[in-house]
Amino acid sequence: MLQLDFLDDLRRMNIRQLFYQVLNFAMIVSSALMIWKGLMVVTGSESPIVVVLSGSMEPAFHRGDLLFLTNYDHEPIRAGEIVVFKVEGRDIPIVHRVMKVHEKEDGTVKFLTKGDNNNVDDRGLYANGQAWLNRKDVVGRARGYVPFIGIVTIIMNDYPKFKYAVLAGLGIFVLIHRE
Amino acid sequence: MHTFLSRVNAVSAFSLSTLAALTFLCFASTFFINYKAPVTITAANIVLKNVPEYAVSREKNDLGALRFDLSSDLTPLFNWNTKQLFLYLTAEYETPNNKINQVVLWDKIIKRGDASVINLKNQHLKYYFWDDGNGLLGHNNVSLTLSWNIIPIAGTLPTWSGTGSYKLAFPSEYTLGRSY
Repeated sequence: MLQLDFLDDLRRMNIRQLFYQVLNFAMIVSSALMIWKGLMVVTGSESPIVVVLSGSMEPAFHRGDLLFLTNYDHEPIRAGEIVVFKVEGRDIPIVHRVMKVHEKEDGTVKFLTKGDNNNVDDRGLYANGQAWLNRKDVVGRARGYVPFIGIVTIIMNDYPKFKYAVLAGLGIFVLIHRE
Repeated sequence: MHTFLSRVNAVSAFSLSTLAALTFLCFASTFFINYKAPVTITAANIVLKNVPEYAVSREKNDLGALRFDLSSDLTPLFNWNTKQLFLYLTAEYETPNNKINQVVLWDKIIKRGDASVINLKNQHLKYYFWDDGNGLLGHNNVSLTLSWNIIPIAGTLPTWSGTGSYKLAFPSEYTLGRSY
């Protein structure tokens, strides 16, 4: 049988301790937020960590792999690197490789991407009539790679009920568990 | 105290942190490695056309074509943290239109365990060599370089270029007709 000792913990708490627990919980949430926002500042990218959602870069990246991005203005876009970009009309950013770059004297750049596992370039994925991507479309360029870890978020997005169950479970645990 | 759940918790926490530490060591041990290698590239059958690139616009752009020989031994690039190499042959050049042009003409994935010595003869391009305008006519300083993006098992995604490139010269007249 599951042990229900932890409920005794809750029963024995006075109001001070209850506040303490709630504050503790708020602390965890806010430090997670601070780390995320801090990473955004350090990397210059609006989304410093992304999970690969499709198989278009296989065998390099599979669904559920984790990528670390940076997006510094002074680093130019060059052929061969992997960028994450957004296309008008699509919510989900795409992780693909740069295959063509044309950069003018004044630094304006247009480039074309393609997924390693796709047979054709990305012009079919871009917005209607769009032939090139520009610097502003880039969310970040891939700098670091860790396999598998992101599969958790994919499972959570595929099964929202599971996500709410996990979040509620963790929340309750932190709130009622005595230090 | 020693319930089944607490044991599961302890074991999984310990194995996860061990895995994380090992993964980090794997990344750290290969972080400073130099991934250079010599490459020999030569090109032949160079032709140039001036035709509309309908995927971009109706205007006529320069379209180059060539065959190339490529040889390199990439075995030294593989270590315990190399999952895959992404090889790509880039043409880089300057035109009045653009300060920097980079066009990937050919690429190849070499997975861990695949043959890592490359020896290609008279190879066709995999992608079209379109210029952004008409900058290739008579251009005699287009450099062909082989580069690789190293995909690790875990870690950074470095990009290196091979030592040795080929300087390509395009004819100063367009080739007419269909022949390539």
